[in-house]
Formats: sequence, structure tokens, C-alpha cells
Amino acid sequence: MSVEETKVEVKPVDKAKVRHLVKIAVYLFIITAVEFVIAFTIGPGTMRTILFIMLTILKAFYIVDEFMHLGHEAKGLRMAIIYPLVLVLWLILALLMEGGYIHNVRF
Amino acid sequence: MSSSTVTASSTNVWNGGQSPFNVSYGKLMMWIFLLSDAFTFSALLVAYGMVRYSADFWPSAEVVFSAIPFYHGNAPLVFVGIMTFILILSSVTMVLAVEAGSRMDRLGVQKWMGWTIVGGLTFLGCQAWEWSHFIHGTGLGGASLSWNEYGPPDFAGFFFFITGFHGTHVFSGVVLNYLIYYNTVRGVYDRRGSYEMVEKVGLYWHFVDLVWVFVFTFFYLV
Repeated sequence: MSVEETKVEVKPVDKAKVRHLVKIAVYLFIITAVEFVIAFTIGPGTMRTILFIMLTILKAFYIVDEFMHLGHEAKGLRMAIIYPLVLVLWLILALLMEGGYIHNVRF
Repeated sequence: MSSSTVTASSTNVWNGGQSPFNVSYGKLMMWIFLLSDAFTFSALLVAYGMVRYSADFWPSAEVVFSAIPFYHGNAPLVFVGIMTFILILSSVTMVLAVEAGSRMDRLGVQKWMGWTIVGGLTFLGCQAWEWSHFIHGTGLGGASLSWNEYGPPDFAGFFFFITGFHGTHVFSGVVLNYLIYYNTVRGVYDRRGSYEMVEKVGLYWHFVDLVWVFVFTFFYLV
């Protein structure tokens, strides 16, 4: 392998893009902070669990959409990644129902 | 030199001259791999949900994880909060590395990849401390795969398996990041004329962060 110096033209920093990324990061920090506040102010229950899951999905959306850039990819790629995850919804439903039945049998 | 490789690959991309979905083969395969990995983690977390749902008692994470290093008081969830912030922060430095790569800025990539590696190693160190604390417990036998002083042994088993599997992903992420960092320093991507490899390991690293977001919710918050 030749170790010759390669002349590469470095483009200037895209300030708007960096500002946008930092904004997304600040959102993620704020959502996490809100989750902490909820953990110590609202008692355990269905309401709190639903709030946590909604905030988690919001965080996941920001990470996948902006950091992983999926929101800016071709539509076919977005669908190819998102649609198969519908199967997970089925898994959640099936196993939680099963868990409920096991609970009834045991206790 | 770099322009000739670009022309050669663009006429040969998927034999049709244009790649489906407008991404390179490597990036598409990384996405497919991450999708399969998402199923693995989903299966683990949903299995955890099922076992928890079928138990009559389950320990509260605020009680189990209430210690931080160098402080002998009660600090529920503070340490895991710090770990979460570290991982999000390392995701931010990773997007900045990708941004620098898109501008062919080798020094920028080096700087931000370096910080990403530091973030990953810090997270792993925190996790080692968290595990050690959980294993030793509060003098009532601590936790292992067959015993858990805080509640059902299943809680400890799932904790070790899921955070361990995630930690393994963080570790391989650090190794991959280091390899890309090394290649960057060697000038490999300058000669190649593209920093796309930084984007690919970036996808993996963000996925590791994404999984932690879910582990954090289902193990520590809910």
C-alpha cells in the first residue's frame, strides 16, 4: 500500500446542520429529564406506564429519524425497516396475554 | 485515483447502474442487520415483560438501583441516569463525526470519533460498577442467576442477560469505532475519497443507543 499524501479538499462546517443535530440532542436530554421527573412524582400505574412508553417511542423516533438519518432515506428503505417491526406488536400482545394466564394459574 | 474508483463502482452498482433505495450495498446491509438485531432485543424485552406479568411480586428498580460511587446515601436511579446521558452524548459526538466525514474533514472525524470511543468506554465502566454493586448486594446474598435478594431470581437473570447482551453490543461498537478511527488516522478514507465507513459504524452506534433507551424504560422506569 502506498503511503503517499493525498490532497483532499475539506469543505467548511455546515453550521445549520450542526445546529439542527444539537437541537435534536437537546430534545433527547429534555425527554429523559421529564422521564425522571415522572418517575418520582407519579405513582406506579397504567397511566405512568403509558406515559413512559410514549416518551420512549418519541426518543426512538428522534434517534432513528435524525441521528440514523432514516427520515431522509428513500421511501422504500423507510418502509422496509419500519413495517417488519409490526410483528413485534403481535409478540407483545401474545406474550403479555400468556403472562396474564400464567399469573391466573399460579396465584 | 479516487474519481476512477467512484466511476467504476457507479456503473456496477447492483448491475443496473443505480442502487435500489439510493444507498450503497454496505449501508443497506447494515440496516437489514440492525432490523434483525431489533427483533432479538424485542424478543428479550417482551419475554421479560411476560415473566414480570406472570409474577405476583416484582422488585422496584428505584429500590434495587439506588447507589452511586463515592457516596453512601440513597440516590435512586441517579447512576443509571448518568449512564443514559453518557450514551446519548456519545451518539451526538458520533453524528458530528459523520458530519465531519461528509466534508472530508479528517481531523474533525478523528476528534469526534475519539470522543465517541471515550464515551463508549465510560459507559462500559459504569456498567461494570452497576453489575458489581448488584451482584454483591446489601449483605443478603446479592444477586446471581439463581438467587436475588431483592425478589424473584428471574429479575436478576433477565437483568444480567439483557444488559449483558447490550453491553456486548457496546463493546463491539467500541471495537468497530476504534478500527474506523485507526483507518481515519492512517488516511485510508482520504485515499478512498469517501468517509462512508464512518456512517456505517455510526448507524450501529446509534442503534446501541436506541436499545439502551428501551432497556432504560423497561428495566428502570416502568
